Amino acid sequence: MATISRREGEFDSLRALLAKANERKTGDELAGIAADSDAERVAAKKALSRVTLRELRENPVVPYQEDEVTRVIQDAVREPIYERIKEWSVAELREFLVDSSTTDREIRAIREGLTSEMIAAVAKLMSNMDLALVSSRMTITARCNTTIGEPGTLSFRLQPNDPADDVENVLDSTREGLSYGTGDAVIGINPVVDSAENTAAILEATHGFIEEWAVPTQNCCLSHVTTQMEAIREGAPADMVFQSLAGTEAGNEEFGIDVSLLDEADELARRRCSSSGPNVWYFETGQGAELSGDAHEGVDQLTLESRCYGLAKRYDPFLLNTVVGFIGPEYLYDGRQVIRAGLEDVFMGKLHGIPMGIDACYTNHMEADQNDIETLAITLAAAGSNYFITVPMGDDVMLNYQSNSYHDAATLRELFGREPIEPFGEWLREMGITENGRLTERAGDPTVFA
Amino acid sequence: MSDKRAKDRLDGPRDPDLLERITDRNPSRLGVGRAGSRPRTDTLLEFRADHGIARDAVLTNVDEGFIEETGLVKIGTLIEDTEEYLARPDRGREISAETAEYLREHCEEGPEVQLVVADGLSSSAVEANVPDLLPILLDGLADRDLRVGTPVFVEYGRVDVMDAIGEELDADCCVILIGERPGLASAESLSAYLVYGPERGGPTAKKSVISNIHQGGLPPVEAGAQLVDLIAEMCERERSGIDLREDDREFVTD
Ligand code: B12
Repeated sequence: MATISRREGEFDSLRALLAKANERKTGDELAGIAADSDAERVAAKKALSRVTLRELRENPVVPYQEDEVTRVIQDAVREPIYERIKEWSVAELREFLVDSSTTDREIRAIREGLTSEMIAAVAKLMSNMDLALVSSRMTITARCNTTIGEPGTLSFRLQPNDPADDVENVLDSTREGLSYGTGDAVIGINPVVDSAENTAAILEATHGFIEEWAVPTQNCCLSHVTTQMEAIREGAPADMVFQSLAGTEAGNEEFGIDVSLLDEADELARRRCSSSGPNVWYFETGQGAELSGDAHEGVDQLTLESRCYGLAKRYDPFLLNTVVGFIGPEYLYDGRQVIRAGLEDVFMGKLHGIPMGIDACYTNHMEADQNDIETLAITLAAAGSNYFITVPMGDDVMLNYQSNSYHDAATLRELFGREPIEPFGEWLREMGITENGRLTERAGDPTVFA
Repeated sequence: MSDKRAKDRLDGPRDPDLLERITDRNPSRLGVGRAGSRPRTDTLLEFRADHGIARDAVLTNVDEGFIEETGLVKIGTLIEDTEEYLARPDRGREISAETAEYLREHCEEGPEVQLVVADGLSSSAVEANVPDLLPILLDGLADRDLRVGTPVFVEYGRVDVMDAIGEELDADCCVILIGERPGLASAESLSAYLVYGPERGGPTAKKSVISNIHQGGLPPVEAGAQLVDLIAEMCERERSGIDLREDDREFVTD
């Protein structure tokens, strides 16, 4: 599109304007596309606020012919809905979303007319509280063995990783986590060794445990999707399949995937996953992943993140979480940038209709600490994130980063008066782990499952 | 990291012996107990102390004496200091023209296997594991009759610097032993990334990785043996990464 010329300044293209309108992120600076000053940043936001949804639709950040993620997003737009809203400016979209009289149902009514670029654009105009307000208004549920995202619930992934994939250690960590009431979203393990054999061993062990103790939840082993497909074809019990996503075709190529592979995995999962479904996918994303593989195509990391959700939507996932401080300071410098990105991601995911969760996390080479991600977790529990990641004492000894703890799961439920998914909550009560929504004397003890 | 984890902080476990067994073998922070829904005070403070130690590990360099003793040819990337290293991964993946020249002067060209060691995000990972791992790797590869080039140490390296080095030296296969980001439990975790036909800008999916090499994960001696097998397979099948697997997929019938 021609130069976007507004009173506030000039920007070469919509792609450049979107980048400059971002809150400050080291990743956009590394890519050389960030605003040079706060003044330029705000000028960009002003110019963006006047852009129409039609302009955003007609100018995807990566051309339709060149990128299959763009094609997935554009082809999914429901035209009559788009026709109805296409002349809205981004500012109008923001005001529609934050309006106290706008209901979840009214948001659903425009959802299918939005593209990922429109959703990214509006996120750039929103303050942290705007993002939290609108996120909390959207209820997005999905069903695997159990149903996630019902109002009044708050769920957690139990992540019992081990640096040697020792299955006994994985199960002991699972026992500890369950004894704090975490694990209703999924018991999900990142394996060190990416082989079908190892994936199958982990799936069988967790599936066996779930059966033995009749835990109403689902399992997942987060190896590469092709590895899981091989394991599933050989009969391994996977309730879901997992894959990391990028927001460009080139980024996905870095990850060793494309749409046709995901379609094939989807078809396999629907026929062969051990869960009742219908939602059988787990995705992870995170700002900065594309640039880390030099596959960002000159696009800012927030817009790329939004496009991940546009791609994910094709597969109706049960879980999708941003892993928000996972990579390092070159993309999100400190606690402040991580908190902002976490709020943006959950908002954008939910506006896409994705049952969003978040891994509120940080690495040891970032300027952040546990307080920052506790703050983020409190904020996002208020903002209606469906679930969080939990690891023993917040310390993942295999991925080498920190996230929320098993303890945090119980605390967040206590703080917000939220319940686990039913029937998982019922199971916790039967096991004597919770009573009246609080941990009992028996809780926090892995040996109750001996 | 503190030697003794806060494992006896859980009051009155249902099965104390079992709890002991669990916490003895498990590297995660299990059996820590709680105060209400929060951690015990000692557990919390221990966690914060470990965070401090892990942060310090990012900012150290590999000892010069170590590099000499190990007989590695030392080069650098485009990075000048730690701060730039953290901010500019792109410059940690590239070497200068002079460095490329230096490499060709001091290293064998056209090897079947080029070994590279890099500090990455943890120098202690290199110092803790490379002395055990490298000899096994060199012996094992010699046993398989693979022609190994002159091992190189690269300061301030990112994983993809292996592509630049491998390309400049025209290696068939390149392996980089690199410090992972330090965790709380261990700052000594090393990874080996491998690629067949290294070339700048090649997709990550074409690489393979063996991670979590340290005493508490995959011990360096075992890692050495696994790496020899993997490198031999890569050289024989002339591929790496996802392509190693893709081959199998064709034979799987549903
Ligand atoms: C950070 C990280 C990532 C980041 C990488 C970005 C970045 N700049 O580092 C992101 C989130 C993008 C990522 C993605 C994936 N990762 Co990863 N990652 C890690 C982690 C936690 C730390 C890596 C590290 O310290 N690097 C050191 C620094 C110095 O490297 P760097 O040059 O800055 O960054 C490069 C490496 O991190 C590398 N890398 C990161 N992950 C992977 C995975 C594979 C298969 C390869 C070849 C390279 C690679 O890519 C970066 C850019 O060049 C490790 C766990 C660990 N303990 O090491 C897992 C780990 C390496 N990843 C793993 C996996 C499975 C993946 C995915 C394939 C997941 C998926 N199903 O899609 C994807 C795709 C990777 C790809 N092909 O591009 C596995 C590998 C298992 C195996 N033996 O094959 C590990 C061991 C974690 C695990 N156990 O699950 N990862």
